[in-house]
Amino acid sequence: MELSEHIKTANVEDVTLKRPFHPALRGTLCVTSHHLLFSDRKDEASWQLLILLRNIDAIEKRAVGSSGTITIKCKDLLVLQLEIPGMEECLNIASSIEALSSLESVTEMYPFFYRPSHLTLQGPWGLSSMEQYYKQTERLWDRWRVSTVNSDYSVCPSYPSAVIVPREVADDMLIRSARFRQGGRFPVLSYCHHRNGMVIMRSSQPLTGANKKRCKEDELLLQAVIDGSELGYVIDLRSAQQAQQARMTGGGFESKSCYSHWKRIHRHHERGKVVQESLIKLVEACSDPSHSVDRWLSKLENSKWLSHVHSALSTAGLVVECVERDGHSVLVHGSEGTDNTLLVSSLAQLILDPASRTVTGFLCLLEREWIQAGHPFQQRCAHSAYSHARLKQECPSFLLLLDCVWQVWRQFPLALEFSEALLLRLAQEAYASNYGTFLCNSEQERCAAGVKENTHCLLQSLLKPDIEEQYLNPLYEPTDLAIWPSVHPQSLQLWTGLFLRWTEYAQNMVEAREEVWSIVKEHRERAGPDQTNNTLSTHCETLTPFENLMDELTIL
Amino acid sequence: MEHIRMPKVENVRLVDRSSSRRIQVGTLYLTATHIIFVGKGSEDRNELWVLHSLVCNVVKHKSSQSGYPLLIHCKNFQVIQFIIPQESDCHNVYISLSRLSRPEKYEELYCFSFNPNVDKAEREHSWDFLNLKAEYSRMGLPNKLWHVTPINREYRVCDTYPADLFVPKSVTLPVIVGSSKFRSRGRFPTLSYYCKENHATICRSSQPLSGFSARCLEDEQMLQAIMKSNPGSRFMYVVDTRPKLNAMANRAAGKGYENEDNYCNIKFQFIGIENIHVMRNSQQKLIEVSALRSPSMGEFLLGLENSDWLRHIKSTMEAGIFISKAVAEEGVSVLVHCSDGWDRTAQVCSVASVLLDPYYRTIKGLMVLIEKDWVSFGHKFSHRCGHLDGEPKEVSPVIDQFLECVWQLMEQFPCAFEYNEKFLISIHNHVYSCHYGNFICNSQKERKDLCIKEKSHSIWPHLWESKLDFMNPLFKPDQSQNQGLLRPSTAPYCFKYWRRLYNRFDRELHPRQSELDCLMTIKEETQQLEEELALYEQKLAVLDKERAKTLYMQKGVLDSKQALWSLPLDTSLANTPQDYIGGFIGGAPNVFTLQQGERESAELSLFGDKPKSSDADSSDQESGVADFSSHSSGEESLPSEDSVKYPDSDETGPNRA
Repeated sequence: MELSEHIKTANVEDVTLKRPFHPALRGTLCVTSHHLLFSDRKDEASWQLLILLRNIDAIEKRAVGSSGTITIKCKDLLVLQLEIPGMEECLNIASSIEALSSLESVTEMYPFFYRPSHLTLQGPWGLSSMEQYYKQTERLWDRWRVSTVNSDYSVCPSYPSAVIVPREVADDMLIRSARFRQGGRFPVLSYCHHRNGMVIMRSSQPLTGANKKRCKEDELLLQAVIDGSELGYVIDLRSAQQAQQARMTGGGFESKSCYSHWKRIHRHHERGKVVQESLIKLVEACSDPSHSVDRWLSKLENSKWLSHVHSALSTAGLVVECVERDGHSVLVHGSEGTDNTLLVSSLAQLILDPASRTVTGFLCLLEREWIQAGHPFQQRCAHSAYSHARLKQECPSFLLLLDCVWQVWRQFPLALEFSEALLLRLAQEAYASNYGTFLCNSEQERCAAGVKENTHCLLQSLLKPDIEEQYLNPLYEPTDLAIWPSVHPQSLQLWTGLFLRWTEYAQNMVEAREEVWSIVKEHRERAGPDQTNNTLSTHCETLTPFENLMDELTIL
Repeated sequence: MEHIRMPKVENVRLVDRSSSRRIQVGTLYLTATHIIFVGKGSEDRNELWVLHSLVCNVVKHKSSQSGYPLLIHCKNFQVIQFIIPQESDCHNVYISLSRLSRPEKYEELYCFSFNPNVDKAEREHSWDFLNLKAEYSRMGLPNKLWHVTPINREYRVCDTYPADLFVPKSVTLPVIVGSSKFRSRGRFPTLSYYCKENHATICRSSQPLSGFSARCLEDEQMLQAIMKSNPGSRFMYVVDTRPKLNAMANRAAGKGYENEDNYCNIKFQFIGIENIHVMRNSQQKLIEVSALRSPSMGEFLLGLENSDWLRHIKSTMEAGIFISKAVAEEGVSVLVHCSDGWDRTAQVCSVASVLLDPYYRTIKGLMVLIEKDWVSFGHKFSHRCGHLDGEPKEVSPVIDQFLECVWQLMEQFPCAFEYNEKFLISIHNHVYSCHYGNFICNSQKERKDLCIKEKSHSIWPHLWESKLDFMNPLFKPDQSQNQGLLRPSTAPYCFKYWRRLYNRFDRELHPRQSELDCLMTIKEETQQLEEELALYEQKLAVLDKERAKTLYMQKGVLDSKQALWSLPLDTSLANTPQDYIGGFIGGAPNVFTLQQGERESAELSLFGDKPKSSDADSSDQESGVADFSSHSSGEESLPSEDSVKYPDSDETGPNRA
């Protein structure tokens, strides 16, 4: 069925649009295969609102006399109202939106049709590949290699075609290890610390099962990771009890007896549906400004969203402690290794690695640790907080990551090169996008659908030709140090920029951000371009003594 | 001095509240004015100074292996734990401190012995820094409708009011006297704020002694005169800030509220702010929540909810919003009262003023506002802050709530205030510290009788000197939305927990880098560059401009800039790790804690202070807290015991080995 067959009424005149902070507008509403277009009817300087149908999470219809009202709730949390004269038109529009906003087939989605004039489909897709990452990271060359054992995605369907593994471990061992891990997600390198060569590995749970199966190759693979050093840590993102229970369904954990050099730490993290429900509850709590303070606080607490932020940041902090301070390598996994595992490993990198705090570095991190690593974006982001559809595999893991990054930025406002606006943009794009970056659930699926050939890459377009000023942090000052966030509940806050994005509250913050820019610009104007560099180098010098101190203590 | 049983104790341990593993050993001194702890074994000046007047209470805890713990809670929310080796020493320190922190006479307060190096003239001058007469004339008073009445010059009509009071010109002395007799404690309706633009006013008073049916003609005339002094309006609001039930209960005691039938053209309104006792208990709960050690997110949020604190802040704010809108948008005058008119009334009038008048959103303006609405109108600082040993039920965080309302507004309007939160926190500290004379006593009369101005110093010039620390770099006074009335949202999510105040001394809880400090540095630097540029341009003009000179200029600018940037910002703290284990293990065993402490004490500072300028108070010792000027290495090593951190619960016995 052609997409256009879903459209019974394409145009309606005299529609009234209501949105937060703006007076109601009258104009024409238009439905296309992928968009909802509203334009007011003034001839000159006509104003238009274009909404990607994919961005619509839920709609509600209401009849008022002969006309109808449609409330549109978007995945970016915007809520709009359309008053449509004519009941039939209203119902037609509503059913078109319902059908077209939840297309199942990837190749029917808008990224396959988005052809802006300034972008071309030629050239490489994405920012970097695993091979390029390896080539650029000299500290890996000695002990690590790129394996293409998964080049046809047969060893692990959700992994990319190339992964980084210990040099001494041969491909056939990887295949064996993959058979012993859920979904074939055998331990691969996620990050190698620039200061001490210690690594963060990630995988899925081992399939030890009820009768404590073992896998020699998996044990050797992990042995090769720590390479003679005494100890590594397995950070298991489930409680000890949950890990124990997982054995009943064929899963399990690395037991002490089989992995004698690995110490296991259990940290309980909620997953899947529970986290999605958190998001739904939080957004619901935020949407009613008439609540009393008590009710608000209890709803905020009850949503548990901030508890998830708290757990993610503390576990990431723990990983960083192991790597940076204790000087040990770490393996992170939960069950499937596609959600919390990626959340923790990428947050740990942000805290540890100055390179991942630049705009390019951060986008590369997301590409490597989320897109290539096989976070199932299509399943997880199928619906956002408003949808009434029965939950399937939705889970806002990626949103949780962005929230945690925002918390880090709040605590280290000078340490990240990018701004809150970039995080907000990514949050929006993950759920509905013109670009192909967040389509599908794995590299294999993206290949099959021809995403790379037929869509544009968001990450590339963010950086080319130049990153927009709004995505930069005007106060950025690189620091080489680990930026340890505080995880006390008092230090964590609701991400107002996202959850209260469409309220007055957020509007005032926009004014403040503009003022920050104007202060910095005035300074740059006075000081000239040379000065900026000067500033940074002088500043870094003041940090050096601390670095040394840090190293000494690490050895302790 | 006679109260000090124990001037010095050696080998005392100072325990960092955030992590019991950070302990410092040193000597504890008790002086007539301060508790002083001097850490030993470090070249840096590791000292902790706490004013006795800031001590809220002292508690002895059960003895532990290493000695006798003494917990000191301060009014500025600092919590200090000492462990004293000998029981008798601990007891003596406890007894001494209990007495020293609860002075019986005003003369014992620190402000009377505090003697900075200034002469008499300078001290007197410090009291002239703020001038309320000038403030009223800034508002446009006196004018043809309002004038100062001499009636309270000797504090005879109302001993808790200031000497100079503004009343409508049309009101005669007998009317004032009559009205004052009909008002609780003689606090008759008088002007607090006058809006030049539309002549609407905010007036304040105490509750009328109406009982169930009493009337007072003079009081009715008084209100009528106030309404008529606002020629543009045909009625006025009377706002009773109490919950209706409380106000009605007061009627049985011969007090109460205005009957709309008796007064012409008033609109009466209850607002429902709870009384001082409710507020005291609420803050106590809040403090307990803030002091929780590694609470879970849920515990913290539920604790915050149960304290009800933010609900009270919201109701105070809403009262302020109601009044400010009545004045600015409707042009209607408002009379505000509660019971006595010195707590909720002061809060609400001053919150409304901050919303109405951008002047109060400047540093000088906030000082004046506090001096006017709080100090001069007889907010009972001595009782509410517990300066002297007395009735604990009189203590209540009324001014804390006002300062917090201002903070909540600053969070909503980041560009509308000239000052930053450090300013509010400094004021808070000094309200309680008894370091300066401003907040001593309960009324202007008491202060006059005690010769406060002759015997102590004023805080305001002192704060003014540190002005740069208190500036908000984002302040944009010329922006249209920052002029005139602020219209804050009262959506519940706009009321946030004030971490900087309640966890002020828990340094690891705060952002490691300060955006505002950084912006301030940038701004100052820009200004300096501009000044230099102007200077060079001047020179150039004099030297009859040659090309070569231009090059010289650029070089000069470069040098000066580099020098400025060598000032370290807060980034130096970036590498302080956090306690990621805290909440997850059920408290490390005591023995372990102490060994760890012993090992590390030599290299660790406790609350190692940020580089200067991050906390305005840390620079002046007298204010209660001194620098720990050592580095903040703040390292904790991981406990290496599996049993503590890595419960391998799944393992069976033999496997474990």
